[in-house]
Amino acid sequence: MSLVGTLLAHADDNMVLAQRLGEWISKAPELEIDIALANIGLDHLGVARALYTRAAELEGAGRTEDDFAMLRDEREFTNLLLVEQPNGDFAHTIVRQFLFDAYQLLLWEDLAANAEDETLKGVAAKAIKEARYHHRFSSGWMIRLGDGTEESHRRVQAALDQLWRFTDEMFEDGSTAGYRAEWERGVIEVVAEASLEMPTDPYQRTGGRKGLHTEHLGRLLAEMQWLARSHPGATW
Amino acid sequence: MTPEERFQALIDAEEKIEPTDWMPEGYRSTLIRQIAQHAHSEVIGMQPEGNWITRAPSLHRKAILMAKVQDEAGHGLYLYSAAETLGVRRDELQELLHQGKHKYSSIFNYPTLSWADIGTIGWLVDGAAITNQVMLTRCSYGPYARAMVRICKEESFHQRQGYEIMMRLCEGTPEQKAMAQDALNRWWWPSLMMFGPHDTDSTHTEQSMEWKIKRVSNDELRQQFVDMTVPQAEYLGLTIPDPELRWNPERGHYDFGEIDWDEFWRVVKGFGPMNRDRLAHKVNAWEEGAWVREAAAAHAAKKAARAA
Repeated sequence: MSLVGTLLAHADDNMVLAQRLGEWISKAPELEIDIALANIGLDHLGVARALYTRAAELEGAGRTEDDFAMLRDEREFTNLLLVEQPNGDFAHTIVRQFLFDAYQLLLWEDLAANAEDETLKGVAAKAIKEARYHHRFSSGWMIRLGDGTEESHRRVQAALDQLWRFTDEMFEDGSTAGYRAEWERGVIEVVAEASLEMPTDPYQRTGGRKGLHTEHLGRLLAEMQWLARSHPGATW
Repeated sequence: MTPEERFQALIDAEEKIEPTDWMPEGYRSTLIRQIAQHAHSEVIGMQPEGNWITRAPSLHRKAILMAKVQDEAGHGLYLYSAAETLGVRRDELQELLHQGKHKYSSIFNYPTLSWADIGTIGWLVDGAAITNQVMLTRCSYGPYARAMVRICKEESFHQRQGYEIMMRLCEGTPEQKAMAQDALNRWWWPSLMMFGPHDTDSTHTEQSMEWKIKRVSNDELRQQFVDMTVPQAEYLGLTIPDPELRWNPERGHYDFGEIDWDEFWRVVKGFGPMNRDRLAHKVNAWEEGAWVREAAAAHAAKKAARAA
């Protein structure tokens, strides 16, 4: 993948997840959780904006962060399928976040040390601190829900089983394949502490990086892009 | 001196009342009611603005709006904590809200129908809130006054971002400007209602002024707000929807028309456009989250048992 392509793929992951987390606002189980989800969403949005802006610079075609976010269609978004999955109940949101946080921790560590592009390196160095906090939050809730009540255990196990099919995709690219073993070790550790079972479903679904999405992304974008697209050329 | 006299003497000397000080029951219950109402307003106020987070027209606006709504949740938290210093728990107060026994600011019973409403809420609603709250930083109850200092700083940032949204719309396309005018038309009168009934009809004012919980009357605050806002609307090139609005050189203030008090009381009593929806949304989120809170409590208990 070209550098611009890589930047856009990571930007789209963070953009789409930020949009999903924004949907939670005013609906969380506690005020503190509302604040935490908004905070995590804002971090992802910040990363997305920095990466879109860098992609725009490198592309040199005069596009802006908003052009990438608001004016591209579904097929042009290259985010992982995992992040576009609907919020579902709190267990689904936590599992989605946890699986993704565990991946982003490794991604940012790698890029903060090894990215050739200085801007990407800088974004990764900042994002890694945020990702550590996100991971603490999501793994803490994995454990609380898994080792909480019978109901919470059932719900979080169901979410883990359901979202598992979107995990291989994180490692199918040559640049991220190397994270797989360490990612799995970390996930197994938390899953065990949460007294949950690792999913056994062999089925995996992919395509996000090629713009082949689940049906959920189109609706997410319709909502996100509608206002910007109804006033072509307007500034806000 | 009786405890009551000592208490009033402290207030008259502009000393702060602290949680462990003796205080009359009426002072305590007035503060609990007022601080809780304020906390509930912050939390319910997340809904009308949250309504536009997923549709914000640019990433910059989305980030600011998310941060603003998050600040409101934070304000709700410190205000509930300030109320807790008076011997009530957050969940009790929240339960009173859910049962409809506690109120929150009526302004949030109006719907946000366009992006310009987000600008207008920042400009007018946060502007009116600041007018009220600056006075509260000097409130006689220490924890409330201190919470308000921090809240006011963030609110003035919110107000500026609201006005900035309006500036962009007003210098934008004709559609954007029309959106801004429409939002002003809908939010102007409800914003003036935020200051409450006329002083002559306000049941709590006199005692609250004596206790220095409230330091400026409803009508004076409303006048301050109008005087501050009219030039801002002129700068934007928007028309305030009040044919009676004009500068009165003798008073040195703007004269303005009469609020529709029937509408005011209707919304207070629960029959505004969004009362049912706001409360249902809040109760629903709370009930849907019950299993999560139960899980957290169960896990904490298991952990404590294992450590013992």
